[in-house]
Amino acid sequence: MPAVTETRETVEKLAKSSYEWGFETDIEMDIAPKGLNEETVRLISERKGEPQWMLDWRLKAFRAWLEMEEPTWAHIHHPPIDYQDAHYFAQPKKKPGPKSLDEVDPELLKTYAKLGIPLHEQALLAGVEGAEERLPVAVDAVFDSVSVATTFRKTLAEAGVIFCPISDAIREHPELVQKYLGTVVPVADNFFAALNSAVFTDGSFVYIPEGVRCPMELSTYFRINARNTGQFERTLIIAEDRATVSYLEGCTAPQRDENQLHAAVVELVAMEDASIKYSTVQNWYPGDDEGRGGIYNFVTKRGICRGARSKISWTQVETGSAITWKYPSCVLAGEGSVGEFYSVAVTNNHQQADTGTKMIHLAPNTRSTIIAKTISAGHSDSTYRGLVRMQPKARNARNFTQCDSLLIGDQCGAHTVPYIESRNMTARVEHEATTSKISEDQLFYCRSRGLSEEDAVGLIVNGFCREVLKELPMEFAVEAQKLLQISLEGSVG
Amino acid sequence: MTQNAAPALEAFVARAAGHGAALAETGLPTRRVEAWRYTPLRSIADTAWQKPAPLTAETTTALLDRLVLPETGARVVYGNGQFMDALSALPEVVRQASENVSPLKGLFSATLNTALGERGLDVRVPAGTDAGLLTLVSLSDGQDVSTHLQHRIVLEDGASLTLYDISTGEGRYIANPRFDIVVGKGATLRHVKVQRESLTGTHLAIVSADVAEKGEYDSFTLNQGSGLARHEAVVTLGAPHAMAHVNGVQIVDGQRLNDLTSMIHHAAPDGSSRQTVKTVLSDAGQGVFQGKILVDRVAQKTDGYQMNQALLLSEKAQINSKPELEIYADDVKCSHGATVGALDDEQLFYLRSRGIAEADARDMLVRAFLIDALDLVSDEGLRDLLLRSMTS
Amino acid sequence: MSDFLKIQGLQARIDADGTPKDILKGLDLEVPKGEIHAIMGPNGSGKSTLSYVLAGRDDYEVTGGSATFKGQDLLALEPEERAALGLFLAFQSPVELPGVNNANFLRTAVNAVRRARGEAELDAVAFLKAVRAETKHLSMSDDMLKRAVNVGFSGGEKKRNEVLQMRLLQPSFAILDETDSGLDIDALRIVAEGVNSLRSPDFSALVITHHQRLLDYIVPDRVHVMAHGRIIHSGGPDIAKTLEKQGYTQFLEAAA
Ligand SMILES: Nc1ncnc2c1ncn2[C@@H]1O[C@H](COP(=O)(O)OP(=O)(O)OP(=O)(O)O)[C@@H](O)[C@H]1O
Ligand SMILES: [Mg+2]
Repeated sequence: MPAVTETRETVEKLAKSSYEWGFETDIEMDIAPKGLNEETVRLISERKGEPQWMLDWRLKAFRAWLEMEEPTWAHIHHPPIDYQDAHYFAQPKKKPGPKSLDEVDPELLKTYAKLGIPLHEQALLAGVEGAEERLPVAVDAVFDSVSVATTFRKTLAEAGVIFCPISDAIREHPELVQKYLGTVVPVADNFFAALNSAVFTDGSFVYIPEGVRCPMELSTYFRINARNTGQFERTLIIAEDRATVSYLEGCTAPQRDENQLHAAVVELVAMEDASIKYSTVQNWYPGDDEGRGGIYNFVTKRGICRGARSKISWTQVETGSAITWKYPSCVLAGEGSVGEFYSVAVTNNHQQADTGTKMIHLAPNTRSTIIAKTISAGHSDSTYRGLVRMQPKARNARNFTQCDSLLIGDQCGAHTVPYIESRNMTARVEHEATTSKISEDQLFYCRSRGLSEEDAVGLIVNGFCREVLKELPMEFAVEAQKLLQISLEGSVG
Repeated sequence: MTQNAAPALEAFVARAAGHGAALAETGLPTRRVEAWRYTPLRSIADTAWQKPAPLTAETTTALLDRLVLPETGARVVYGNGQFMDALSALPEVVRQASENVSPLKGLFSATLNTALGERGLDVRVPAGTDAGLLTLVSLSDGQDVSTHLQHRIVLEDGASLTLYDISTGEGRYIANPRFDIVVGKGATLRHVKVQRESLTGTHLAIVSADVAEKGEYDSFTLNQGSGLARHEAVVTLGAPHAMAHVNGVQIVDGQRLNDLTSMIHHAAPDGSSRQTVKTVLSDAGQGVFQGKILVDRVAQKTDGYQMNQALLLSEKAQINSKPELEIYADDVKCSHGATVGALDDEQLFYLRSRGIAEADARDMLVRAFLIDALDLVSDEGLRDLLLRSMTS
Repeated sequence: MSDFLKIQGLQARIDADGTPKDILKGLDLEVPKGEIHAIMGPNGSGKSTLSYVLAGRDDYEVTGGSATFKGQDLLALEPEERAALGLFLAFQSPVELPGVNNANFLRTAVNAVRRARGEAELDAVAFLKAVRAETKHLSMSDDMLKRAVNVGFSGGEKKRNEVLQMRLLQPSFAILDETDSGLDIDALRIVAEGVNSLRSPDFSALVITHHQRLLDYIVPDRVHVMAHGRIIHSGGPDIAKTLEKQGYTQFLEAAA
């Protein structure tokens, strides 16, 4: 798998400074004026050439949003967000499709190069013809919430898989989008989901038909580039009966002094015996050492296991963002369905993370596993917040939860807030949580074998996160390990 | 967010005369108040709760007869919020309170108690003295009445006391006691509580304990009565090497809701806390456990452990549990565990295969489940009383 | 080159729950290049403390004296710098590293040390070859490379893992802190061979042990008796035999 190795090598080379991805790309953009009102919503819908039903859906969400208040229960603090002081639409100016790499906007290429996407992969991303066969991962690149390139569409189409920007799906597969959009995360589910529903500009759409095992990993790179823009992408993944898919999500943003808002929504639907694996390596710009700038990341991710024996597995490695607010959840509605949540959240400097999951067991014999590893360093604060609910029909349902927190330094905080609710006597819930500091004995042992303190910390932290990292696809696991180490740079000594 | 228009609140504020401002402002918490999400106070909202009439001698005797009380030690009895001289033998270290307890902000049970407070016990155990066992009996009787006793217990340096705190009643009432506890350096307070209020009663207890260097607050709460009961403890380990035990057992049947909520605040280095709470639920009983361990930045070398387990014995029973760690110091060892489930079928089968009838086998296993927590009561005599109380 | 490892008047203490406790109380010791010395001494006399202080564990506060290694002030170096310089400590009780794959750990350490010594890093293939040769030699199963470092290892397996690290890191000075305890007879011989085969004019070792038996296999050039934080007696290999028969009493009395 040359691409895997190459991506890894590129990432390894890149992984040197504290935020290597913090460059800005100078690309001609088509930007809507600042502010958020019904006109903004209409403008987005119009620019995207959406049908009336989509506009109506957005407006419904927008009106609901106006009535809602920003949630305050999370363990995070930030100055009030001025929702009128941002652009809600920014799109790279469209040019006719390039014929070779030479014709691709060189700035765009530079961006991909810096992102650690190998050259032939870059060619693919840039839409160069005939470059497809060499890549095992299909990539959708989303730039300021607008999909700029999706690779492998043809190969995938032959297998019956639809993988495209959601804005294309709205036009090309309206019946599918209409059937599923908002069924897992309703438009008025929460403040940020309502906002996303009103103004989302793009994202990925995946449809795996009955009985199809998606022939390759699907991957999306998100990047916020334009200044003062909110990023609101929307992802919808549907796996029909006995379908299987593994989806990877990665992201970056440039270094800026001001905070930028990111409010994405991801919906997953798994039918009978279907399986969806969703992996995220979140590396939005975390702000500088003093806590200036960084992304406010308010994300709603939820999957429903509709069919019997279906499975949804979330794996996340959260290293970026000034604020992370996200709870990838599973609604286990199908008998015997399985939900999993594997999470590593690392915060350093002045980062704040409040993240966890909800496992809602509605049906008999459902199973869920939660493994959450929290690492706090610097002046940061990190919270695991999770809900396990056994509803009356969840006979013989099972949950196992393990939350471990590691503190590095005495100016940070680590918190664990689990909610356990059971209404079925045959359901069983087990929860364990620990908090400790990184062991001096372990550090000394490693250093006496020649490892530098930072490498020793990296090694021990990676060991601490092993159970989660091993859930990641190989390529991501390597990147994630590097990121862990980079994120903790300067946290010891 | 709150039920400000509720008749209950109006009645409370009126009774509080000049002292009801804080209460009027906070109102009765609804489910949307995080601390009360699992314990709604709807059932008390529509009643204009009044001050009760004094307890008659007849009722007093009847209520006392129900209780399993220790035969030794001093005893103090309160009936409908009033000190019952004839039934009480005040040991030297104990007197009727003359001062108000210190206010405790932001906790509804405390706010209510502060607004309507009635003078309760004032115990001061002199330095280096072991005051032995003190039994505090609180009896209630009436229709739509409420009492709000304020007890203050101070253990000077090196002192010790065992407080057996038991309450019961008849009718529809609210018992809202407050314990303001100060544990001095190297002092030990063992606080064993038995809550057996009436099935139509509401029990909203609030304990605040400040523990000094090498002091120990060692508590055990048996929640086994009341239509709705919350025992809430706020323990502050404010000096090095202080220690807290906040253990408990809840036995919830019928339509009742029992709630054990605690906050253990490590505010100084080298403190340790231990907590084991077990809840057994049958019928349509609802159990709530909320336990927070808060470790301040200065509280290095804190050692905190918490375990809460619930056993569901019926289809309609439910448990809501929220163990919580909030930690700002790095050199700590804190952990919690929680389990929820039914009796283990395999264990049950094992017992039955040895010839034990199913019902007996179940009883054995339930008992075994609870005994774990009960064993944490260090006073053997009280442990026996609790066991008798639990099975009666 | 008599000042290969040179310790003079070394004093160190530990913070024992708030009160400082002096453990090393003016210790003198020299181990010339190419020699193997043994230290014996009663439990609690400070042998492990000495090895930790030499390896750079910062729980211990050095309150006096000096230690130089290859002419450098050892006490001023970070633990990893000491490792790069060629110092290796086989721990009396090696710590567990949950989740840290043993092979990966070994490779990271080997390459960190090689980098610091200006040697080329080993690629995965070369490294595995080197490791396999050693594990075979130490009769360790491959399984132990795949497991997390020391996690769930038996006492003897942990010791073998220490020796494996020593062999791979190629130190010029090894301190073996009771590496023989917990080993079965065959393992004892294997470990001793592991040390003996490193013997060269450029390799020295300090072997801490309670048992004469190890010294039958690794014959030391000198034996030191340690008590109360000091070397109270030094002599030839026969001291060990005397100790084995008569215990520490005579040395303790002579020193008192
Ligand atoms: N962290 C510590 N806190 C308190 N005392 C300590 C600590 N570490 C070591 N000591 C004490 O220092 C003394 C020397 O310990 P050390 O481990 O160096 O002895 P040793 O000679 O290696 O003993 P053994 O033969 O049993 O391995 C002992 O009394 C020990 O209890
Ligand atoms: Mg030792």
